[in-house]
Amino acid sequence: MSKTILTVDDSGSIRQMIKMTLSGAGYSVVEAVDGVDGYAKATSMSLAAIVTDLNMPRMNGIEFIKKYRQHPSSRGVPIIFLTTESDESLKQQARAAGATGWIVKPFKQEQLLAVIKKVANA
Amino acid sequence: MTEADPVNTFRLEARELLETLEQGLLDMDADPTNSEVIDAVFRALHTIKGSGAMFGFTAIAEFVHDFETAFDKVRKGLAEVSPDLIRIALAAKDHIALLLEEEDQDPRSGDGILTELSVLVATGTGVQGTVAVVIDKAVEPGAGAGDVTDWRIYFRLGQDALVFGANPLLLLRELQDLGACDVTVDIGAVPTLSSLDPEKSFLAWEVILRGCASREAIEDVFMFIRDDMELELAPLDQQVKGAEEAVDPAAQKTLALAPAEQLAKSDNRTAAGGGSSLRVPAERLDDLMDRVGELVIAQERLNQLAHASDDVNLKAVAEEMGRLSAGLRDTTMGIRMVQIGTLFGRFRRLVHDLSSELGKDIDFVTIGEDTELDKTMIEQLADPLVHLIRNAVDHGLESAEARREAGKPARGTVRLSAFYTGAEVAISVSDDGAGLDPARIRAKAEESGLLAPDAPIDENALLRMIFHPGFSTAKEITSLSGRGVGMDVVKRTIDGLRGAIDVSTVKGEGSTITLRLPLTLAIVDGMLIRVGKERYSIPLAAVEECVELPAAVAHGSKNRSFLNIRGSLVPYLRLRDLFGVEGPPDTHPKVVIVSSGDIRVGLVVDQILGNTQTVIKQLSKLHSEVKTFSGATILGDGTIALILDIMNLVDFGQKIDARDTKLGRAA
Repeated sequence: MSKTILTVDDSGSIRQMIKMTLSGAGYSVVEAVDGVDGYAKATSMSLAAIVTDLNMPRMNGIEFIKKYRQHPSSRGVPIIFLTTESDESLKQQARAAGATGWIVKPFKQEQLLAVIKKVANA
Repeated sequence: MTEADPVNTFRLEARELLETLEQGLLDMDADPTNSEVIDAVFRALHTIKGSGAMFGFTAIAEFVHDFETAFDKVRKGLAEVSPDLIRIALAAKDHIALLLEEEDQDPRSGDGILTELSVLVATGTGVQGTVAVVIDKAVEPGAGAGDVTDWRIYFRLGQDALVFGANPLLLLRELQDLGACDVTVDIGAVPTLSSLDPEKSFLAWEVILRGCASREAIEDVFMFIRDDMELELAPLDQQVKGAEEAVDPAAQKTLALAPAEQLAKSDNRTAAGGGSSLRVPAERLDDLMDRVGELVIAQERLNQLAHASDDVNLKAVAEEMGRLSAGLRDTTMGIRMVQIGTLFGRFRRLVHDLSSELGKDIDFVTIGEDTELDKTMIEQLADPLVHLIRNAVDHGLESAEARREAGKPARGTVRLSAFYTGAEVAISVSDDGAGLDPARIRAKAEESGLLAPDAPIDENALLRMIFHPGFSTAKEITSLSGRGVGMDVVKRTIDGLRGAIDVSTVKGEGSTITLRLPLTLAIVDGMLIRVGKERYSIPLAAVEECVELPAAVAHGSKNRSFLNIRGSLVPYLRLRDLFGVEGPPDTHPKVVIVSSGDIRVGLVVDQILGNTQTVIKQLSKLHSEVKTFSGATILGDGTIALILDIMNLVDFGQKIDARDTKLGRAA
């Protein structure tokens, strides 16, 4: 059974890129368009990892991570967030909310794969 | 599913984001203090920057980065939202659009805009950005050569690390990839069983790593958890004691919490593209619609077969097919419907630019953005509406002084509204300006030879002169008008869409131009009627009711062409007369009451045959001058029925009404 990764991003192009990269490496990828959608999907399936944007409408990434971490199904699921700048305070906020790691945009496909391999047990 | 190129997806997405950005900027112009709007603008910028850098649009990413830096001051309340700022920001948005469409732009071509922008947001710390293209080197696994050392690594995860998705097994495996490891676990901190929380991490590990791993490579292993863990890292031979590498997690945590509230604000916003959606090329939709049309015709044929047959099974299948194809038709048409708001949005920018260009203060009001129209229609409406709005702003609204003299508020209003009326959508552009001047139109019409001097003409017909190809208000042409679309082109486009235009004006109070358009161009529910031997289809949505033609009226004088429908007089047309049908009429003619806008007209027919799905086929160019019919449809038995053009018939009925009223007055 292939491992499932959830990508939460309001940008379709980024989701597409993540999906292409990860499904190429044998993961199955589920897409969500914002935190609300992400929360609904994350809590309804078993995930190997989540890759989320921080800057999203309706529910931003930090809120999403915070809310998801309160749900029992989030135990041990690594969450990688995407951030544009090496903004330390934002990183701290995301980590305090329960994120596992981050990737700085723009990133290359190999970097994404390297990070996913680093955190997801696969 | 085919995987399209993400770069193309980005282009589409960026166009939408630019649209959002423009709307947001215009909203800010109207309401400079609305933090939600400012956040939305900021978010749009941020996404364009992030994704732009991802997909190689470096010029965009750099430009947007500077734009964003300037705007951050606005968001933080350090700079004020002024009309000037909005103007420059809009110019910046245009520049991004340019960079998006034409990649070979000079990357420094937007510098002027950025300089202006940074001057406007004061303090002048215009940051020239390179951040967007910086790649976090830390992620790249880089094994430094040179120092061949063995390392002693001692690490203890934060207590929440496991819950938050860190996995010590993976860390150890990663260390193993760097070289041979001797791992010892330290269970010293594990509490007694009774007080053990199984989700927390209490273990520490000591790893002796042999090989030529660099310090950086080892730190990379822990990069995500560095801040919340204890880590001692030292070359084995030095055996450095103490915690020089240890990081105090508490000190950093305090940083994290303060700005959380700020972020929470940007919640609860309607998502730009909320819900999942799919992009489909428009041609495929057209193709689908064609096929559904053919299916509907075939289904009609099946219906007739079933009707004539005694086979119960056939009847059941025909009924089922009927339901399914009607459902399919509605769904397909639903897919093609687009909210007119997508179109309205574009005009805000137009009005904003016109407003500053002409120095007129304008309130632009839009109503009924959620009204839906067929996609093709929306596309074709853009140019005519641009022209109408331009006219309203340029010619309709007076200058501020003239308005004040006339006792009106200096700020003019242009209203763009859309609403449903029966089977039509009415879109109107109105202004509270000076109104059209009939005398001047008349003078112009006579001057250009469209109207003989002193020829009698009613006001409505006179106002319609403005749609005549030869009619031009040359004296008033400014740089804004005359960009290729004239009023005659507006009229032609609307005619092409089987729509109609109404003009109404009150001197000194403004004018309104209303476009009335059919909801769809493809398939409608029709009522099939018979006049003489021919059958015709009337769009069902236009039908209000059917009544018997009272015998007294049926045989009465031809001059009296009004029916009393529950107390109100409705003019009616005898279609037999209109179509020149010979022979005696049926004994019991029926009247179909149809409406267009709020006007009702009765159509006298020989027989009402029932409902039919009408797949609209355009008449050939040869017949384009025929006003009574809007098209033709193919019936189930393969014969052709013409579709009555209700708007034209209602207009025609109205003329009779007007004529008879005059006759009545004269008598």
